Amino acid sequence: MTDLAQLQAQIIADIAAAANEAALEVVRVAALGKKGSISALLATLGKMSPDERKTQGAAINQAKDEVTAALAARRDVLKSAALDARLASETVDVTLPLRDAPTEAGRIHPLSQVWDELTTIFADMGFSVAEGPDIETDDYNFTKLNFPEGHPAREMHDTFFFHPKEDGSRMLLRTHTSPVQVRTMLSQKPPIRVICPGRTYRIDSDATHTPQFHQVEGLVIDKTSHLGHLKWILHEFCKAFFEVDHISMRFRPSFFPFTEPSLEVDIQCRRDKGEIRFGEGEDWLEILGCGMVHPNVLRACGIDPDEYQGFAWGMGIDRIAMLKYGIADLRQLFDSDVRWLSHYGFKPLEVPTLAGGLSS
Amino acid sequence: MKFTLSWLKDHLATDEPLDTLAEKLTMIGLEVENIEDKAKALKPFTIAKVISAEQHPNADRLRVCMVDTGNGAAPVQVVCGAPNARSGLVSVFSPPGTYIPGKDITLGVGTIRGVESRGMLCSAAELQISNDHDGIMELPADAPIGAAYAEWAGLGDPVVEINLTPNRQDCTGVHGIARDLAAADMGKFKDPTIKPIKGEFPCPVQVTVEDATLCPGFAMRLVRGVKNGPSPEWLQKRLTAIGLRPINALVDITNFMTYDRARPLHVFDAKKVKGNLVVRRARDGETLLALDGRTYNLDPAVCVIADEHGVESLAGIMGGEASGCDENTTDVLIESALWNEINIAQTGRKLGINSDARYRFERGVDPAFMVPGLELATKLVMEMCGGTPSETVVAGKAFGEDRVIDFPVTEVKRLSGIEVQQPEMKRILTHLGFMMAGPGPVVKVAVPSWRSDVHGKADIVEEIVRIFGVDKVPMTPFERGEDARKPVLTPLQQRTRRARRALASRGVIEAVTWSFITKSAAKLFGGGQRELEVANPIAADLSDMRPTLLAGLIAAAQANANRGVSDVALFEVGQIFKGDRPQDQFIAASGVRRGFASSEGLGRHWSGSAQADVFDAKADALAVLAAAGAPMQALQIVAGGPAWLHPGRSGTIQIGPQNVLGHFGEVHPGALEALGADGPLVVFEVILDRIPEAKKKPTRAKPVIELSAFQPVTRDFAFIVDRGVKAGDIVRAAQGVDKKLITGVNVFDVYEGKGIDDGKKSIGIAVTIQPREKTLTDQEIEAVAAKIVAEVTKKTGGMLRG
Repeated sequence: MTDLAQLQAQIIADIAAAANEAALEVVRVAALGKKGSISALLATLGKMSPDERKTQGAAINQAKDEVTAALAARRDVLKSAALDARLASETVDVTLPLRDAPTEAGRIHPLSQVWDELTTIFADMGFSVAEGPDIETDDYNFTKLNFPEGHPAREMHDTFFFHPKEDGSRMLLRTHTSPVQVRTMLSQKPPIRVICPGRTYRIDSDATHTPQFHQVEGLVIDKTSHLGHLKWILHEFCKAFFEVDHISMRFRPSFFPFTEPSLEVDIQCRRDKGEIRFGEGEDWLEILGCGMVHPNVLRACGIDPDEYQGFAWGMGIDRIAMLKYGIADLRQLFDSDVRWLSHYGFKPLEVPTLAGGLSS
Repeated sequence: MKFTLSWLKDHLATDEPLDTLAEKLTMIGLEVENIEDKAKALKPFTIAKVISAEQHPNADRLRVCMVDTGNGAAPVQVVCGAPNARSGLVSVFSPPGTYIPGKDITLGVGTIRGVESRGMLCSAAELQISNDHDGIMELPADAPIGAAYAEWAGLGDPVVEINLTPNRQDCTGVHGIARDLAAADMGKFKDPTIKPIKGEFPCPVQVTVEDATLCPGFAMRLVRGVKNGPSPEWLQKRLTAIGLRPINALVDITNFMTYDRARPLHVFDAKKVKGNLVVRRARDGETLLALDGRTYNLDPAVCVIADEHGVESLAGIMGGEASGCDENTTDVLIESALWNEINIAQTGRKLGINSDARYRFERGVDPAFMVPGLELATKLVMEMCGGTPSETVVAGKAFGEDRVIDFPVTEVKRLSGIEVQQPEMKRILTHLGFMMAGPGPVVKVAVPSWRSDVHGKADIVEEIVRIFGVDKVPMTPFERGEDARKPVLTPLQQRTRRARRALASRGVIEAVTWSFITKSAAKLFGGGQRELEVANPIAADLSDMRPTLLAGLIAAAQANANRGVSDVALFEVGQIFKGDRPQDQFIAASGVRRGFASSEGLGRHWSGSAQADVFDAKADALAVLAAAGAPMQALQIVAGGPAWLHPGRSGTIQIGPQNVLGHFGEVHPGALEALGADGPLVVFEVILDRIPEAKKKPTRAKPVIELSAFQPVTRDFAFIVDRGVKAGDIVRAAQGVDKKLITGVNVFDVYEGKGIDDGKKSIGIAVTIQPREKTLTDQEIEAVAAKIVAEVTKKTGGMLRG
C-alpha cells in the first residue's frame, strides 16, 4: 500500500469513528484544513515534475474527493442521528386528555333555541317579531281584549298584581302576550303580520304549570285574511317546527274572549314509552288556540272591524319545546341544573336555519 | 258537564252510535273529555252463585268456594278472603284474564296457599262502582246467574263528560246539548212545550227584591201537602251516574232540573220559613249554616234570601240547612230566580263554594225559562210527591232583552273562507233556536234567550261555521307578498340572540331563572321598590321583580354546588326591571363563574387549572358587547363598581360616565353572605339596551382596506410605576402619542417583587409602529420612542426601567 493509500485509509477510518459532528470536524481539519494531511500533500505538487505531478496530482485529488465525500456522508448520518436523539427527547404523552372546546361545552337553553326556530320559520312567512313589557296595565291585558268585568282571570287568584297606585289602578304581570298585539295594533297601520314571543305569568304551580312560562302569539290584520289562511299557516308551521313531512291537525270550535270564531287545535300523535311522534298515531294533543280577532278587540285598538279583519293564535313555547325535544317536566326548564342543561341544551354553533335544518 | 247517553236520548231522537255522537260533540265545540262506559269496562263480570264455601285447609281467613257461573257450566273453584263469602250468596264473578279496574291488575289462574283458584268474587270497590270494599257484593237471590252484571245493575248507560267553554250557558243542561246535536244532523230535537200548571190558591209567602241588579227576576210557588221520600229509581240512577248523591225527591228534582235544563232551583221547607222572603245583601256579622254542613260568614257583598229568622239561603249558590227539605217536609216552596253573574262568581270564589248552581248562574241562565222551569219543577214535584200548587209569584223580569242582529250573509265567507248557501245558514240557525228573516244580502237574525253569548255578526258566523263544520274551512295558502326579504328582528332582538351564542361559545351554559326574587336580594342589587313588589306572590321568596339577573344566577350556581357540581359557568340573557313602566324594563346579559370554571375550561386540569377570576368575567362581558355590536374602541374600563362587588376586583364598562353599560368583578363577600352563597364567584352584567345603535349604512360594502407596503416595527418598553397606576392609562398614554403611526399597544408583562421597590410595579408594553409612506429611519423611530416615554411619564409618573 502506498503512503497515500495508507493515509486515506486512516482518514476514512477516523471519519467512521467520529461519534459526533464536532469529532468529525476535527477529522476534517486534520485532513483537509490548512495544515491538514491531504492539504500538505497537495502543497507538495508545486515542487514536482510535470509528469510526476500528473500521476501524483490525480491520485491526491482523488483521495481528497473521496475523503470529502466520506465526510459529507458521515455528517449526514451524524446529523440525522442527532435530530433523532433530539426528537426522541422531545416526546410528549399525546394521550393526555384535553378539556372540551368551549364551543362544545357551552349551551343554549332549549327555550332560546326554540325561540330562534320560531322566528326563523315565521320570518320566512313574512312575519316580524314584536315584543312588549312584562308589567302591563289591566287595560291592555284584559279590557282591550274583550275580557268582561268580573272575568275570573281578572282576579287575584289567577293573575299576579302589583300594589294599587294612588289613582286606584294597579299594574299586573301579563297573563299572555296578547297585550303586545294590542300595542302593535295601536301603533301600526294594517296590514300587520307579527309574532309576539315573550314571558307570561299566571298563579299556577304544579307538574304542568309554572308561575312563569312563555308564549308565542301571532297576529295578522288585513282586508282578506280568514280562517283558511290561519289553518294553512299553522299547518305549515307545525310541519316545519316538528320537522315532519306530514302532520294531521284537528281544528275544533272553542271559546276565547278575544277571538270569534275561536278554535282549538290538536295534532295527531303517537305516544310510545314517553316519546311522542307526530304525523302518526291515534292520539290528539292540544297545542294551541286561535281564531278571528274579535270585532270588539279591533275596535278597542282603533281598527274598523268592517274594513279590516284578521286572525291571531297563541301557543306555549315551553310546551312545544317539551313536545319536540322530549322534555318531561316543565319545572326543570327553570331549575338551572347544569346536568340537565348540558343534556337538553344546544351547542352554540347549532344555529337553526332553514337551509341547514332547524335542529340538525 | 256530565250526562248519560239515555238522558241525552230523552231530548234527542237518534240512532247514532255513541262514538259518532262524541266525535260530533267535539267538532261542534262541546269537547268530550271523557266517556265512561261501564258496560264495556265491566263486560267480563257476571252474576254468579256460591254453591259451597268451605274453610281453606291452610289459612284461617280464606274460604274455598265452588261457584255456579251459570249457562250450564261446571262449578268453578275460587279461593276467597271475604268474610261474607258463604254458601247461597249471589255475587259478582270474574274469570281469569279479567282486568280488575279497582286493583289495576289482570287476573290469572292462581294457587293460594296450595289451593287452585280460577277466578274471583268481587267487591264493589274492585269494580270501581263504589268505595265499598267490605266483602264481596251481595245481590238479590233472584238475580240472573250468568248475566252480565253491569247490564243487570243498570250501569250500562255510558256517562259522557264535556269540557264546556264558559260561553255556553245553554249547554250546562242536557236539553241544550241535544239542541246543538240536532242542528248538527245527529237526530231530532225533542222540545215539547211546557204547559203551565194552574195554581189553586194564592201563594201565602211574598217576596221583596231589594236590589234588582243582584236579582233581576224571582219566581216561586208553594206546593202544599207533598209526601217527600226517595225519588224514583230512574232519577236516582241518573244522578248517581253523574256523581251526585240522591237525597230525597224534592232535592233530587232540583238537581235534575239543574242538569236537565240548566235551570238551578231551590226548595225551602215552607214550614221552616217564617214570614215573607226578602232578597237582599247580607249584613256584616250574619252567618249561614249551608247544606254542605259548613257555616259561612257573610258580608254585604253577598246576596242572600232571608226571612224573619234571618238568612235562609246563599242566593244562586247554596241553600241553608235550617230551611232545607227532608222526609218530613209537607209544604214546599219552590224558587226559580235570576241572579247577577258577576256577583255569583265573586261570592262563590270568596266563600270557596263550587256548586252546580253557581256553575250555571255565573255563566248566566236563560231568563225566559225562569217561569217555565218553575212550571216543569212543579209538575215533577206533583208527580213524585203529590200536593196542591199555589199560584206563582213573580218579581222582576221573566224574560231577557230582545237581540236582533243585522247579518250580511257574506260575513261567513269573509271571516271563515267557507262558502255556505243561504238556506243552509237558515237551517242551522233555526235549529239552534235563532230566527233568520229577510231575503239578504243583509238578513235579520234574532238571538234566542238562552244564548247570552251571541252579540254580533262574528258570533253568528261562529254558529254557522261550527255546525257546518270547521273541518270544511279550506286550507288557503297565505301569500307572503312582494315585500323584499328583510331582517325581521329589531336591533335589541339581534343583540339578545348574539349575546347568547357568544357566551355559549365561551363555554358558558345558559340558564333561565325566575323573574321574581326575594325582597332582600332585590334590595341588595338596588331594587325592591314597592312598585315592583308583587301583591300576591306565589311564594314568599318570589316576591319582587328582579333588578338584575345575577341574584338568580348566583342562587343557581349555589344550587349546582349543593348538588355536587362546584365548577359552574352559567349565563342568562333576559329581562330586568328598574321600574313598572315599559321603558324601565331592560334586557341584561349576565354570567357567573364559580370555582375552576375559568375561560380555559372547567375543573382542575393537568395543563394548569385556574380559579375563575375577575379577568374571566371581564372577558365574558367584553365578548358579549363585541358580539352585540358595541363600539369597542369607545368603551372605557373604570376600576370599581357597585357595592355588591369586591371594591378592588371589579370594573365598570362605560361610554362616558353617563352611559354605564355594565359591570364585572368578584362578588363582595358580604353580598355572598347575604345571598347565602359560597365564593369566590365572579360575575358580570351588561345591559344590552344601552349599547348605542350603529349608524345605518347605505350599502353593505366594507371600507377599503389599507395594506401598508412597509414593515411594522415593534418596540418594547418597561415602566416602573406606583402600584396603583392603571395599565389602561399607560396604554392610552402610549397610544395617544401618534394615532396614525401607533397601531397597537400591548401589555406583555406585569411584575411586582424582587428587584422592584415596594409599592411599585413594572409594566412592559410592546408598541407597534406602522410606517405609512416610507420606511422610518432609526432617528425617526427613536423620536417616537422618546415621545412615548415622555408621555407615559407625564400621565402616570412612570420611569423607564433601567
